[in-house]
Amino acid sequence: MLRLTTGRVGSLLARRATAMVPGVMIYGGRNAHSDMSQPMYWDRADIPLPDKPYKDVLTDADKSLKQKEKGPWGQLTKEEKIALYRLSFCQTFPEMKQKTAEWKTVIGGVFFFLGFTGLVVWWQRVYVYPPRPRTFEDEWQAQQIKRMLDMRVNPIQGFSNKWDYEKGQWK
Amino acid sequence: MSLPKPVMRGLLAKRLRFHLPIAFTLALTAAIAFKYTVTEPRKRAYADFYKQYDAVKDFNAMREAGVFESVQPTGK
Repeated sequence: MLRLTTGRVGSLLARRATAMVPGVMIYGGRNAHSDMSQPMYWDRADIPLPDKPYKDVLTDADKSLKQKEKGPWGQLTKEEKIALYRLSFCQTFPEMKQKTAEWKTVIGGVFFFLGFTGLVVWWQRVYVYPPRPRTFEDEWQAQQIKRMLDMRVNPIQGFSNKWDYEKGQWK
Repeated sequence: MSLPKPVMRGLLAKRLRFHLPIAFTLALTAAIAFKYTVTEPRKRAYADFYKQYDAVKDFNAMREAGVFESVQPTGK
């Protein structure tokens, strides 16, 4: 049981970490991106233009493509345009926004901890709660209601209004 | 790639022109509905209650039930 829990918590943490820092964990070597004092690349919908392009070490083919980019863009082929995009960005917005199955883990975790809390509350009910006050007993409650009716509590539209005093019963 | 320029100004005014009359009408309707479903029946209930109300009879009934501390039931 414990091993299952740590496994589930571990996967939840790993997934949350990947969602927060995708540039570090998935896309680069850790050596390349571990200097957090330099501008970093992020695949995030709320940072559409990250601080630096995705690929900053260009091969010769990439460099010649970048030179061609300085000219009129109409002369670039479709593949070249896509290659230039992929030099600057790792994922497109649709790729970034792909749904994950994380919600299942979240809901499962929520139910699990609700269940655990239920067990805790049950234990408390057995071992911690004091004895029930005597005001909860049926006889006491009946005497309480009779006293409220005798005092004419809310006789116009409320409590005593619903009691028929002649017949001695509820209306 | 020549889209028309989108509307840049007067957006709040346009929204208010549409929503404010609706809001006022709904608020007024709510108030009128409350008046005639709650306050008028309540006023009538109170009036009817006190038309036939005998305070002394009620007091004696309560006294016999034994709920007072200042007077005891007539038996004692």
